[in-house]
Amino acid sequence: MTKIEFLDALDQKLSGLAENEIEERLLFYSEMIEDRMEEGLTEEEAVAAIGDIDEISKGIMAESAQVRPEPDPKPEAKQKRKLAGWEIALLILGIPVWVPLISAAFVVGISLFVSVWSIIISIWACFAALAVVCPSLLALGVVQIVKAGTITGIALIGASLISAGLTVFAFYGCLALSKTTIKLTVWICMRIKGLFTKKEVA
Amino acid sequence: MDIQLKRGLLDVCVLAAIKNEDSYGYKIIKDLKPYIELSESTLYTILKRLESANMLTVWSAEHGGRLRKYYRITDIGRKRIEEFKIEWKEIVSIYNFVAKEDVSDDKN
Repeated sequence: MTKIEFLDALDQKLSGLAENEIEERLLFYSEMIEDRMEEGLTEEEAVAAIGDIDEISKGIMAESAQVRPEPDPKPEAKQKRKLAGWEIALLILGIPVWVPLISAAFVVGISLFVSVWSIIISIWACFAALAVVCPSLLALGVVQIVKAGTITGIALIGASLISAGLTVFAFYGCLALSKTTIKLTVWICMRIKGLFTKKEVA
Repeated sequence: MDIQLKRGLLDVCVLAAIKNEDSYGYKIIKDLKPYIELSESTLYTILKRLESANMLTVWSAEHGGRLRKYYRITDIGRKRIEEFKIEWKEIVSIYNFVAKEDVSDDKN
């Protein structure tokens, strides 16, 4: 197992812990592996010397479960005390400043969201247009050939085939775009939510 | 060994390993190896505990193109070692007492 593989695997196993704690622990292990390699061990040997990932992660999780409950109540109490002072007065006095600012940020966020989705909707509309045009062109082409036997009919059928191809491409493109945007929206919402929950805890 | 006792012992061992010069994680493990087997995760926890107790400070230095964390003992850390030496004398006298009891039990 390489160092990167080891750290990735450990990262996965520690996913329940706070991000900065995971990062710090990974750095610690990374340093241990590198120091062993410097001493002459191969990367594989250095990683093996650290020990079994499952045992390490179990130990860490058990440890942090023991340690966690102790430091938590202190910051909460601190925060309550902090807000009881002059900060409340400042918050109230600052209403004319921060309320418009927050509302503006909120509106900008919403409009960005709406415009991104309108772009996606218009691309879907292009797809729909292509999908509708394709059979119509085909029908028109067939009618032209049967009625007049002109080269226009063949051109129309060709155009129909091209739009059929574009429709297939456009469908997958639109699907991927929508999925990515939904994922991004969810991610942003989670981050915003995280911002508030973190504030409550810290 | 009793967990509390072992924890205290390990703390002092790590402090002793950085007593004379600043040291880094792997070196601490190596230096302590003849006396006590320490895993990386145990060492991490001990270092964190000692840091939050202000018994050591952490600083980083570049080493071979990467950053390495070094640990430096503080006055509080040194005081802890001195306290431990006194405590250990008490433990030894308790041990002597306990061991003597054993001998007299055998005789009876």
